[in-house]
Parts: sequence; structure tokens; C-alpha cells
Amino acid sequence: MSDSIIITRGLTKTFHVGEVDVHALRGVNLEVRRGEFLSVIGPSGSGKSTLFHILGGLAPPTSGEAIIDGVNIRALTENQRTELRQRKIGFVFQKYNLLPTLTAGDNIALAQALAHVNSRPADFDQILELLGVKRRLHHKPSALSGGEQQRVAIARALVNQPAILLADEPTGNLDTQNSNAVLDILRDLNKRTGQTILMITHNPEAAAFADRTVTMRDGVIID
Amino acid sequence: MINKLVIENLKHRWVRTLLAALVVGVQVMSILTLIGLSRGLLEESAQRARGSGADIFLKPSTQGSFSFSSGQLNEAFVPFIQKQPHVKEAVGVLSTPVELVTTLNGVDFPAFEKLSGGFHFVAGGPPSGPDDLIVDSAYARQNKLHVGQTVKLLNHNWRLSGVVEGGVLGRLIVPLTTLQRLTGNASPPRISEILVKLDNPALTDQEVAYFNKLLQGNLQAISVADFVAQFSVNNVPALRAFIGVITVIAVVVGFLVVFLSMYTAVVERTREIGILKALGAKPLTILDILVREAVLLAVLGCLLGIAFSFAVRGLVTQFMPASLAVVNTPDWWPIAAAIALGGALLGAAYPGLKAARQDAIEALAYE
Repeated sequence: MSDSIIITRGLTKTFHVGEVDVHALRGVNLEVRRGEFLSVIGPSGSGKSTLFHILGGLAPPTSGEAIIDGVNIRALTENQRTELRQRKIGFVFQKYNLLPTLTAGDNIALAQALAHVNSRPADFDQILELLGVKRRLHHKPSALSGGEQQRVAIARALVNQPAILLADEPTGNLDTQNSNAVLDILRDLNKRTGQTILMITHNPEAAAFADRTVTMRDGVIID
Repeated sequence: MINKLVIENLKHRWVRTLLAALVVGVQVMSILTLIGLSRGLLEESAQRARGSGADIFLKPSTQGSFSFSSGQLNEAFVPFIQKQPHVKEAVGVLSTPVELVTTLNGVDFPAFEKLSGGFHFVAGGPPSGPDDLIVDSAYARQNKLHVGQTVKLLNHNWRLSGVVEGGVLGRLIVPLTTLQRLTGNASPPRISEILVKLDNPALTDQEVAYFNKLLQGNLQAISVADFVAQFSVNNVPALRAFIGVITVIAVVVGFLVVFLSMYTAVVERTREIGILKALGAKPLTILDILVREAVLLAVLGCLLGIAFSFAVRGLVTQFMPASLAVVNTPDWWPIAAAIALGGALLGAAYPGLKAARQDAIEALAYE
């Protein structure tokens, strides 16, 4: 098994907006080790979110290679990328993105149902304890605070034991106290379980919780 | 879990769900009530034909079984028929429509009593004067009529002489000569049909053949049994066409309601569709979720529609027992359900495909 769980080489992404080509990624080269907590920092428009979407299998790259846990995303069909998301990726979004009609517990169960996974990780109860949401599973998102919703979203992202946890501005909608709590949890999870985490943020303080930080600007990694 | 999501989605927007199910229910009720009404009226007519006591009906050759035309037949045929072998009684009847499908029937009362075996009076007695009227109990109940009361029909004041049990000839019966005068059928006296009772009912088929040969070109003979057998929805082309039209309207309404409901649901839940896709839902899974919602709406609508059809039947029986007759039609429940389901699936198709094709990233960015 390769030590690198994410490898990108010369990754580009071009959007066609009307008659204009927008080059969101201009050749990203990145390597993330298994078990690493990496943050990607950069200003708006630097290409962070596009990189997030490609690594998460939500969009195909235009050229270059993006290898996730040994699978080259560029060679995958849309259906295969969907299956990759089911098996290898856990998402945490800025806006939590829990389904409002389901309870927190059902949101987690739905992620399992969509991935056709019947069993939970042996330590999932401990993860729920660590996240502090075990007693809030019967509540709908509208009855949870922002911090609680984000912690439920983290539980949902972990329930299928993904190879990579991708977090897009996970503290963007939280106050400082909740932000620190969520970042502490992510770091704790990384240390305890060896979960690979790639976190997109524009906040240097949040980025500091990671093992390593890379900076993006104008569609390339500059540092 | 997918089923739970479907149910929770419908519960979350319960007003929209209820409204959509109600409209589908009204559509199902319309179909069931129309069929129930058609059958009810036809069955009631068949029952009255059987209750007349006749073995054979003689009608003008040009008149169909379900024609309400009156006075096409010269009354002089009645004594001629009376003289034929095996004829025990021959009675002329003049029928003219007065309300919806209710007809006013004129007969020579003593002759008809001999043919039918007589009426069973609930109140009052037989007509004693030319302007006397007897009605059946359903008509009396619906119109709150009492013996001795004046009833205005065909712009004429009748005295209610008696109320009889239903199921014999018609709901409203008056002296033949008065009705002929009021409807312009007095000179020469004309009638709608002749009821014939045989001395031996076993000879009915033979006598029908005899009359059809004897009266070729003038009158058509039909046994009461054959006449009653014609009382089915399939034998009334206009009714069949009407049911077809209502069915098409029902499908279109069901389609539009479910389409609108599912389309607004898809637009409203764009972000949720993005979440599902990010979590690994394939396009078919998204389509499956929306189709299940539409099917559930249709099922709810069907149950409501069946309940409504019972309610309509109850209301008709309570308030319009004489004007309308509705029967339950459980054999049509699966057909009505299939129509509702067909409309719902058609309605869910476009919104479902739109959702299935939704780009996950755009959907996640939807505010």
C-alpha cells in the first residue's frame, strides 16, 4: 500500500463560462501521506474549492492526474466517481448540509444506506462520544446548534470509514468557541484513528491545527 | 432508510402533501362516483323493469332501450296485442322525463294493477281522479311529500293520492289519459311502450319471436330478461364515452397536480439533492426517491378517493334518493388506483429526471 493517499500531478480544471475559459486549477502538484492532517489555505478564487470538488470526485479534472487511495479519478465515469464517494470520501461542508427532514441519527444512517454499508466502525460509539452528539441523535438539525450540526456532519462523514475526510471551511459558520471545538475534534480524530484529513480554509488560525499547510494562489500551490 | 426519507419528506411539507393527495383523491372519487352513479341508475331502471310484472316489452322499432322519447306508438296497438294468443294482459305506458333522469309514467291504473299484481302502498291509495299522482317512497322522502299535497309537474298541479314502495315501473305514476293530454299525445292517443304479461312465462322466447314476426317494421319485442341484461355501462355508448373522457381528465389532473408538487419539491430541495449526491446517491437513487414520493401521494390519494366515494354515496342516499342512485364499485378501485398512479408517475417523471441530472456542485451551492 502506497504511503501517499492523495497524489495530484499537473492537475488542471478549466470552466467554460459563456465564451470565456476560466482556469480554476493550472497544474496542481500535491501529495498527502496516509494519516496526515493537511490544510489547504488561500484567498477566494485561488482554486481551493475546485481542488476539493475534484479530490472528492464531485467533478472531473480537465487534465493531469488525481489519484485517491490508488484510484485515478480522471479515468472514472460519473457512476464510478459516485462509487468512489461512497467508499473512500467523507465530506464535511461549511454549511453542515444535514438533511432537515431527518434526525441527526438518520442523517448518519442515510450515509450508510446510500453506500450500501450495513456495519459501523467498532469505535463509532466512541467517536460519537468524542463528538459529543451521542445524546442528540434523535433531534432534527433545526433543534441543534451550529456546532452540534457540524459535529453530526463529521460523524456522518466518518461512518463509512472513508480513506479521506475532506472538510471545506468546516468552521466557516461557527463562532470561535465552536470553531476551536470542531478543529480540536478533527485533530484528535486524526491522532487517535489515523484518519487522513484534508481541510480547505482561508483562516490561518484554523489551518494551524493541521500537521501541514499548503497555500494556493491563482490555481496553483505556491508553498 | 430511503423509505423513511421519503415519508419524512412528505411529512415535512404536510400541507402540500395533503393538498396533492386531496386532489388525487377527488380525481379517484370522480371516477368511482361516475361509475357508481351509472351503475346505480341502470340497476334501478332494471329493477323497475323487472318490478313491472311484464314478460315482454313492445317498443317502436326505431327506439333504443335507453331512449326517453315519449309518444311514438299508437295506443290502438294495445287492444290488438291483447287479442294475441297467450297474452294475459297488455298495458300501454307513456313516459316523459320531468327531472334529471326521473320520468313521469302514465298508465291505465286498473289494467296495470292486474298486470303487475298491484302496488304496495306505504300511505294513501290508488288515484281516484284524473289529476291524481302516486310516487314512490324515495321520491316522497326526498321532496318531503305527504298524501293530499299538491305537486307541480309538467306545469300541472297533481294531487298526491298515495305513496308506494319503489321498484315498480317508475317513481311517478299518473293516469295515462291526463299525461297524454298534457304532453300532446291525446289525439290520436299515443304511448311509449306496451307491457305484455303472458299466461305462461315459459313461452316468453317463443312469443318474442312471434311478435317480432307479426309486428315487423312497427314494433320490436324484447323479453324483460333480455331488456334488463342490456342495463350495463358497456351497452350505453354515450356513457362509455363519457367515462372515457372523465378518465382522461383524471389522468391529466393527476399528472398536473403531482407534476407541480414534485417540481416545486425538486426546486425547493435542490441543495438536499446535492447533499445526497455528495453522499454517494446515484441518479437512479434520486429518481427512485421522487418516484416513491409520487407513488405514496397516489396511494394516499386513492385511499382518500375511496373514502370520499363512500361519503358521496352516503350523501346521495340521504339527500337525493329519488334523483340519483349510487352503488359502491370495489371492482373499480384497482382501475381508479391505476389511473391515479399512472398520472402520478407521469407527473413525477420530469421533476425526477431533472433532479437526477442535477449537478452536485451546483446543487450544493444552491441557496
